[in-house]
Amino acid sequence: MAEKMELNEVEVWDGNMAASQALRQAQIDVVAAYPITPSTPVVQNYGSFLANGYIDGEFVLVESEHAAMSGCVGAAAAGGRVATATSSQGFALMSEVLYQASGMRLPIVLVVVNRALAAPLNVNGDHSDMYMGRDSGWIQLDAFNAQEAYDMTLMAFRIGEDPEIRLPVMSHQDGFITSHTAENVRPLSDDEAYEFVGEYPAVNPMLDLANPVTYGVQTEEDWHFEHKARQHHDLMTKVFGKVEEVFAAFEKKTGRKYNIVEKYDMDDADVAIVALGTTVETAKMVAEKLRKEQGIKAGVVAPRLFRPWPHKQIIEALQNVKAVACLDRSSPNGAMGALYNEVAGSLYQCENRPVVTNYIYGLGGRDFTVEHAEEIFKELAANAEAGKPTTPLQQFIGLRGPKLSFY
Amino acid sequence: MSEMKKIKNLKDFSTSADRFEGANLLCPGCAHSIIVREILNATNDPLILSAATGCLEVCTAVYPYTSWDNSWIHIGFENASTAIAGAEAMYKARKRKGKLPASCEGKSPKFVAFGGDGATYDIGFQWISGCFERGHDMMYVCLDNEVYANTGGQRSSSTPIGASTVTTPAGRVSYGEKMMKKDMLSIMAAHGAPYVAQVAPNKWKDMVKKIQKGFATEGPVFINAMSACTTEWKFAPDDTIAISDLATDSLVFPLYEIENGTKLTITYRPKNKVPVRDYLGAQGRFKHLFKPQYEYLIDEWQKMVDARWEYLQRREEASV
Ligand SMILES: Cc1ncc(C[n+]2csc(CCOP(=O)(O)OP(=O)(O)O)c2C)c(N)n1
Ligand code: SF4
Ligand SMILES: [Mg+2]
Repeated sequence: MAEKMELNEVEVWDGNMAASQALRQAQIDVVAAYPITPSTPVVQNYGSFLANGYIDGEFVLVESEHAAMSGCVGAAAAGGRVATATSSQGFALMSEVLYQASGMRLPIVLVVVNRALAAPLNVNGDHSDMYMGRDSGWIQLDAFNAQEAYDMTLMAFRIGEDPEIRLPVMSHQDGFITSHTAENVRPLSDDEAYEFVGEYPAVNPMLDLANPVTYGVQTEEDWHFEHKARQHHDLMTKVFGKVEEVFAAFEKKTGRKYNIVEKYDMDDADVAIVALGTTVETAKMVAEKLRKEQGIKAGVVAPRLFRPWPHKQIIEALQNVKAVACLDRSSPNGAMGALYNEVAGSLYQCENRPVVTNYIYGLGGRDFTVEHAEEIFKELAANAEAGKPTTPLQQFIGLRGPKLSFY
Repeated sequence: MSEMKKIKNLKDFSTSADRFEGANLLCPGCAHSIIVREILNATNDPLILSAATGCLEVCTAVYPYTSWDNSWIHIGFENASTAIAGAEAMYKARKRKGKLPASCEGKSPKFVAFGGDGATYDIGFQWISGCFERGHDMMYVCLDNEVYANTGGQRSSSTPIGASTVTTPAGRVSYGEKMMKKDMLSIMAAHGAPYVAQVAPNKWKDMVKKIQKGFATEGPVFINAMSACTTEWKFAPDDTIAISDLATDSLVFPLYEIENGTKLTITYRPKNKVPVRDYLGAQGRFKHLFKPQYEYLIDEWQKMVDARWEYLQRREEASV
């Protein structure tokens, strides 16, 4: 039996520690992991928990992230709770296995501490790795601070492992800004947390020797499409309800309320920023400030769930707004930003389509400042007034040199 | 408790033949299936298996069918080793926690990964090395047909010098593959693995002995199994065992084992050594070597095989 850890009502944890503690409390059977900045502390914290008697599962220190996810897949198919953590290049290296994990419907929790992708090499936070995972068939939950990193990681187990869902889940947080910033975090006690997560509900475990199972079969044009369609179907129809159910159970336990799409100051908003990660908190602050100081009816919309994409909830949140800015923290490399494309795609179905523009910002850890958010809201106010874009559709902000924009 | 099966004759094999079904898509005469059957049938213990992408995998688990009557997983080309290591880690964790399925009661499953030479010598090399360094309690079996057979016969680092493959074809100015076969067994022994061995399906008694020894060993076990490929080596499907006999009797594929990284034992000494020329001449992939301009390679092959045999004997004698 693993020892229990006495925790304070309020702990001072960074996002990495918050996620590590959630992993520890979930009493994972197998963690196979490999270090990479900025998620390295998750692996180190876990090693230290193990060395001090707080872990009774297996901790497999593999030789690469590809092997980390491969080990996780083998372990999950064997039948038990499995998790790991990574960032950036590590995420890219395991990407082949991400598809294999979800295609076999194996609930694995992956803590992703978001970081830029090389080249040029960069250890800081942006959402390139998170975006890379968006077609991989995983559920993607996004935290905007350390408390949420703890909460989302705990909830990830309950969502993904549910026998109706059986899908792997990424719990995202921003590299450094969340992962390395100490904040107040209110954890559950070990008992409460485990009670919330629950026993692992094994489905078709390889270790059931009386019922042999075959995982990872070959299908060609005859069956591949049906398998992919079924996975997509479950993502589109089952996950939203389950996430809401788990969010509600969590609220009951902690008083902390989460939504599939978070809305701040949106009741009467004319203009809105849509963003992910820590940027949401900056935008929230600025929206509040501009409402007070300049009477701009500004609001913020933040998908808590990036995959499956909350199409309905996004429409519901933004249909009465006049102008929307989608902020992408990843280089689209020859297209509009991914968040822009998702949001614009959803809003195309509205009767009164808002004006939607795209901002590329914060690549490789470049600061996103209050001034940037103010500038965006002011441009949105002008778009709302004009009823059409008054700026180019895609603009880079916080970039050195002459302004870069397209369309 | 582990249960070693008594196998005295070929008939004994058939008693548990249902663990790997003959209903599969492997070519008639494919040695992969002979080897897999011999390994699975060497024990009565339950088995948890993995396979790398390759002929064995694509031919035995085509939805909605499976040839496997044991739990079996395929993830990708390079990670069959880590897949089974993950399953083994799960077994250990759940055992410690007292949370294994009831069907595990009183049983001790064995964890076995299968990969081709491409999956083993090339793309999966790092994963295998990692598993062996970490000491998982597992057996890794390489089905060594010296070529990427599944994808149509491209060379691998196990392809021997002089073989014509589709990426190193013999031509007007080329005798085919230019590199020597990688010495995978030595590399695996150098990991300090408790047990590594070469086996061949024609020498089934030797093979069963080694597999049973492997199953009785705690820690990672590496088996390099010569797997004659009728399609890519280019011989008639009913000649698989005859070709395998030529390989072991010419000492092109010597049978030996290494314990704890150093202790080398030769397990088969042919009574009548056959010339390497006979082995090469029986396969289409070496046909061009019998043209006058390349014939010198046949002599070089013989010298290489002799030198290797000499080395193995001296290693065995020195016991280091
Ligand atoms: C990452 C990756 N690269 C390449 C392939 C294509 N591929 C599949 S099987 C194979 C060759 C298999 O050769 P080997 O391991 O020797 O097995 P065999 O088919 O000869 O038994 C290749 C190149 C793949 N499936 N995955
Ligand atoms: S190509 Fe070779 S290895 Fe593949 S199934 Fe046929 S005989 Fe077996
Ligand atoms: Mg091969």
